Amino acid sequence: MSHVDTGRAAGQRLVEHFECGLDAPICLTWELTYACNLSCVHCLSSSGRRDPRELSTAECTALIDELERMQVFYVNIGGGEPTVRPDFWDLVDYATAHRVGVKFSTNGVKITPEIAQRLAGSDYVDVQVSLDGATEEVNDAVRGPGAYRTALRAMEHLAAAGFVGFKVSVVVTRHNVGQLDAFQAIADRYRAQLRLTRLRPSGRGADVWDELHPTAAQQRALYEWLLAHGEQVLTGDSFFHLAGYGESLPGLNLCGAGRVVCLIDPVGDVYACPFAIHDSFLAGNVRADGGFARVWRESALFADLRRPHGGGACSACSAYDACRGGCMAAKFFTGLPLDGPDPECVRGHGEAALATVAAGSAPRPSSDHSHRTGPVPVTIGRRRPPERACDENPLAGFALPVR
Amino acid sequence: MSTEDGRSFDLDRAWRLDERVSIRPERFGALLYHFGTRRLSFLKSRQLLDVVRGLAEQPTARAACVQAGVRDAELPRYRAALAALAASRMIRPRSA
Repeated sequence: MSHVDTGRAAGQRLVEHFECGLDAPICLTWELTYACNLSCVHCLSSSGRRDPRELSTAECTALIDELERMQVFYVNIGGGEPTVRPDFWDLVDYATAHRVGVKFSTNGVKITPEIAQRLAGSDYVDVQVSLDGATEEVNDAVRGPGAYRTALRAMEHLAAAGFVGFKVSVVVTRHNVGQLDAFQAIADRYRAQLRLTRLRPSGRGADVWDELHPTAAQQRALYEWLLAHGEQVLTGDSFFHLAGYGESLPGLNLCGAGRVVCLIDPVGDVYACPFAIHDSFLAGNVRADGGFARVWRESALFADLRRPHGGGACSACSAYDACRGGCMAAKFFTGLPLDGPDPECVRGHGEAALATVAAGSAPRPSSDHSHRTGPVPVTIGRRRPPERACDENPLAGFALPVR
Repeated sequence: MSTEDGRSFDLDRAWRLDERVSIRPERFGALLYHFGTRRLSFLKSRQLLDVVRGLAEQPTARAACVQAGVRDAELPRYRAALAALAASRMIRPRSA
């Protein structure tokens, strides 16, 4: 996905510019730490334990300086649970003082009334509280015991502090897709905005994708719901594969990986997108000579992603212009070829292709920071992974103008 | 583009970019990001970028267009563009 929450119809010519890549990302996802108090079963970054090589405070501020020079508008900070880094609030202040906006994803564990007050005072900070069930039962089955209450408590604190329009961020699964109206009601209750994103078979998500990804009938219902409510719901452009049903959903409907977005992980590795933590999508490291700018501008991987690509097996399909073959990461981690259908192709081509993938042959994530003890009960003070922050489409929020 | 969109836009008053908006020039024009509304927008030409940048120094939006070399025949399109930017709060009226 392009990870940008945009308005409708950006215009084809603009999309072509984006496909060729920009001199700097519009926004990027920055995982600050792999440490997390939770052990969500679908964690995209297989988070849990802190990596001892993670970027120091000084390295983080130097990176923010570089993002400021490149005029990256904002970063989507995630993890892991980013707020467990002792320097987290200082880094947020540093970024906003340098006109790099911050949206961060959290499971809510550190959102005290005092922190909520502080956040409510800044135009440059946005908060996404992760919630994967509108009920405690559904949520905690995925995110762990106590996670629902932690998230709702954080929302209460944000609302009480007057933080209007924070995001309630939901990864749509087979078990919560029937709760969309209930999620909307929760968002309304706290004067928040609902944000729905797609479950990806990335990180630990690969292990649960078969059981958790929405069925074909559920996808259709989701599409109808988004058409009816799409203007008030953010999606990070993550459901563009559903455009194959006919009508485009709000957003750019393009994969922004390496073109307008990317991921920087806790140790400074730069990947094409937040859902593709694998050596095949590793473009470089911010610690190398030339820093992030050089990786963005000169990486051979990104140059390749910015080349025109054909539709491969999808070229002959009448829906190809709409869905563009779907999500690269979803294909990769389910063992499908990148120039073929998305595993959740609305025409059913994905299902057919999946049937030909030999069991166990799909690539595995390159790193795993999961807690070694297995799923950890969520207690305050233990950290675990929220799903990735940057489901954010830089094009999210695209108002449209002018010629 | 639609000239109708621009009819309500007052070309003869003073405008400025909202102070919470960041502009990034691009090959096709420019990207704009508003930190308050958290919305992204774009300008589809460098000439429009010149117009927007000129708003703060010129007494009217019309003068900013003239200074950027916008011809009379093109004015309705630019007016519509500015109207869209005003509607999304990217630019704001100011006292002259």
